Amino acid sequence: MSTETPQAATRSVVIERVMPHPPEKVWRALTQSAMMAEWLMPNDFEAKQGHQFKMTWSNNGYSGVIDSKVTAIEPHSKLAYTWVSMGVDTLVTFTLSPEAGGTRLRMEQSGFDPANKNALGGAMHGWTGFLEKLETVVAKS
Amino acid sequence: MSTAAQNQIQSEVFRILGDPTRRKLFERLAREGELTVSALTVGSKVSQPAVSQHLAALKLAGLVSDRREGRAIHYSVKPEGLKPLVNWVEHYTQFWTDKFDNLEAFLNKMDN
Repeated sequence: MSTETPQAATRSVVIERVMPHPPEKVWRALTQSAMMAEWLMPNDFEAKQGHQFKMTWSNNGYSGVIDSKVTAIEPHSKLAYTWVSMGVDTLVTFTLSPEAGGTRLRMEQSGFDPANKNALGGAMHGWTGFLEKLETVVAKS
Repeated sequence: MSTAAQNQIQSEVFRILGDPTRRKLFERLAREGELTVSALTVGSKVSQPAVSQHLAALKLAGLVSDRREGRAIHYSVKPEGLKPLVNWVEHYTQFWTDKFDNLEAFLNKMDN
């Protein structure tokens, strides 16, 4: 990444893929708690604007919580929620658009702002696991 | 910031936390919040001057900050100091790619 643009201050992750399934079906997988748990993480999500929920993850003995809140919900087309993990505060937006033979699904996670100190302030939960993980990384280096 | 500069900061943080005593002090501050040098010395296997020296190194690396109150110096973690260790964009690109694979496999199993 050598080009410096004003937008470079906040960086995003974008993943886009055409799923060979109708938007209604993809929407269910994105918005029904039990289904989300199958592909994403255990959660107490509800498809309601403003609903606050948590997702939990565990991996190789490490675990953590992601704090979220639904900020946009437009059936079969758009879903957005905040994503606060280890003090990093971002926004995840899913956009669905019908396409011949399926659904184009786009996920954008935005708000990785290297200049924003708040992005890493507060929220110390998850730290113990993170530091243990760091220990194994340090041991390997 | 250039990648080279970023790598340099990253290896400095690794070097600083590579010392087990220093890492333990840092972990205690992360877990327990603000602590004084004497509180940190209790429960550590090294002397108070050695603890102070380790804390100075952590401070120089931007991993902790200090605050003087009377004769006591209180130390606390600076979370942003660890930031160079985690490339969030790279981390989440991998994360969502894996989740999209899961989702696709799940959709294939799902009834219409």
